[in-house]
Amino acid sequence: MEKPEAYKTLDEKQRRYWKKNVKLISSLLVVWALVGFGGGILFAEPLSQVSFFGVSLSFWIAQQGAILVFILLILIYAIRMDKLDQEYIKEANREKETK
Amino acid sequence: MSVEAITITMVIITFGIYTGIGWWSRVRDTSNFYVAGQNVPTVANGAAIAADWMSAASFISMAGLVAFLGFDGTIYLMGWTGGYVLLALLLAPYLRKFGKFTVPDFIGDRFYSSSARAVAAIATIFISLTYISGQMRGVGIVFSRYLQVDIIVGVLIGMAIVGFFALLGGMKGVTWTQAIQYFVIIIAFLIPAFAISYQLTGNPVPQLALTGSDIIARLGQIQVDLGMTEYMAPFTDLSLINVFMITLALMAGTAGLPHVIVRFYTVKSVRSARWSAVWAIVFIALLYLTAPAVGAFAKYNLIDTIADKPLKEVQEIDWVNKWETTGLLQFDDINGDGIINFTEGENNEVSIDGDIIVLSTPEVANLAPFIIALVAAGGLAAALSTASGLLITMTSAVSHDIYYRIFNKQASEKQRLRVGRITLLIALLIAAYVGINPPGFAGEVVALAFGLGAASLFPVILLGIFDKRMNKEGAIAGILTGLIFTLVMIGLILSESIFGTDGAILQSFFGINAQGVGVIGMLLNFIVGFIVSRNTEAPPLEIQQLIENVRAPEVDDESEIAASKEE
Repeated sequence: MEKPEAYKTLDEKQRRYWKKNVKLISSLLVVWALVGFGGGILFAEPLSQVSFFGVSLSFWIAQQGAILVFILLILIYAIRMDKLDQEYIKEANREKETK
Repeated sequence: MSVEAITITMVIITFGIYTGIGWWSRVRDTSNFYVAGQNVPTVANGAAIAADWMSAASFISMAGLVAFLGFDGTIYLMGWTGGYVLLALLLAPYLRKFGKFTVPDFIGDRFYSSSARAVAAIATIFISLTYISGQMRGVGIVFSRYLQVDIIVGVLIGMAIVGFFALLGGMKGVTWTQAIQYFVIIIAFLIPAFAISYQLTGNPVPQLALTGSDIIARLGQIQVDLGMTEYMAPFTDLSLINVFMITLALMAGTAGLPHVIVRFYTVKSVRSARWSAVWAIVFIALLYLTAPAVGAFAKYNLIDTIADKPLKEVQEIDWVNKWETTGLLQFDDINGDGIINFTEGENNEVSIDGDIIVLSTPEVANLAPFIIALVAAGGLAAALSTASGLLITMTSAVSHDIYYRIFNKQASEKQRLRVGRITLLIALLIAAYVGINPPGFAGEVVALAFGLGAASLFPVILLGIFDKRMNKEGAIAGILTGLIFTLVMIGLILSESIFGTDGAILQSFFGINAQGVGVIGMLLNFIVGFIVSRNTEAPPLEIQQLIENVRAPEVDDESEIAASKEE
């Protein structure tokens, strides 16, 4: 079967924007997995020996900490993407002016 | 005024407000009916998402589930909030950018296929119907306990009200109503939580009381003394692999729930989709961070009130008496010594439904009747707001995706609205029927909805955005594999309660129970989709172009202005 050539419609700037977006998403999801599945589940047994303000650390992560981290991740994503959007627009406007 | 009279008054007032809003924002064209005309402010949309998605399960059942599962209750706490991270980062912004009405719309257009659209629409209807049956149980419990009416009457009243403003207002009416319902839900949840926290620990903030006092340590000690498992210790009720799998299934399921995803179409830009997600998670977390504290405090109070006490004395307590009549709290003095043995295993003499934990909290803590009424109104708001979101989603799957996009492409707006309203009525009747004759496995049914969402819609939407090479063959093969595998597995593992076989046909899938098996269905969906797509023709060029466009930044007036302000 012949491999069809991928259709390219995005310009250089847009592709850079998408790459940065994917990189941001991946790093936030690494934190998501480490805190939720790592601290809250996979390492829950060793961490339940560590005490944290009257409860065990794994209990606190599983029932409080992870949720707080989830809020932060979504917030950071919204803020960073706003910034990325604006960088892109500024760059595009500058290009328009020079043309 | 009696508690019942106050409750009726409170319910009438709140329902009056919801109905008033439904009337005020009534709509006449289809775009408003399904997606609120895309001009709902971000904060309101965030509150509506929160109410839409925090169902009777979150409000009524979750704290109780956590109270009885201890550490392992995290499957619900992390599972239902962690899914928002997936939704906010991976799906919501792109689906908004794609700009369609519904989830089957996205799948049908992205995979250029009516079959894909139909499969997605059927999955949507199936997920929503199973989910709605859980809400009806919530409505039934609240009405039967607080209004002392028959469950049938209660469900019918509830359905009439949901139907009234869903028919009248469509999505826009629902959005505004749900935003108001969020505030009823959260106030009703937080006030008793503050009160019980203050009573038990002297600290009114439940989250701080949970960690800042020795309450959990004390609860753990009492539980061990009574012969139960330690509260804080992980994996006492579920194995590590099950906690892992169920949490992941609930997360991916949350991200794949069509009635939640459709919310992100109701905002005006990609940027507001991202910020709606932020508001939604903040609003949701307010309840989810409080629930584990409420669960622990309520369990402590409950044990303190009934364990090792004389049965006669306990049965004279007013709230114990009332819950006993509903059958959700039962005592059985097995050894005949007149003392209540509250433990785990065969010597246990108390059978208590987790669903009464939140609803009984204000009474156990001796709070004012006004607050008891507020909690009843909150429970109803949680059940009804989710039910109406589900109804609209099912309606649009039938009238928009199946009728208009597949069978009658020439259908006028009027015809589509009519089909939509007829579907809504039918769905309402089915929901009422399920509410009056709840299946004996309500808890499993809700888990089933999430498992199916994780195994069918989530992988296909994700690959549709991030894998340009994914084609219609891969998507259809993937959805069907995930859906069928998960359905079969759930059927086999829960055969006892679903089909009435003697014992389960299959104990578990390599140690994974029915709630977690959706994750395997999801993996199969990914793998089959990937392999099939790589061995069939690439999607047409215009589809590849479409996906590229979804990835490009969205430049609109709002972001232009924001950028120019900074310069």
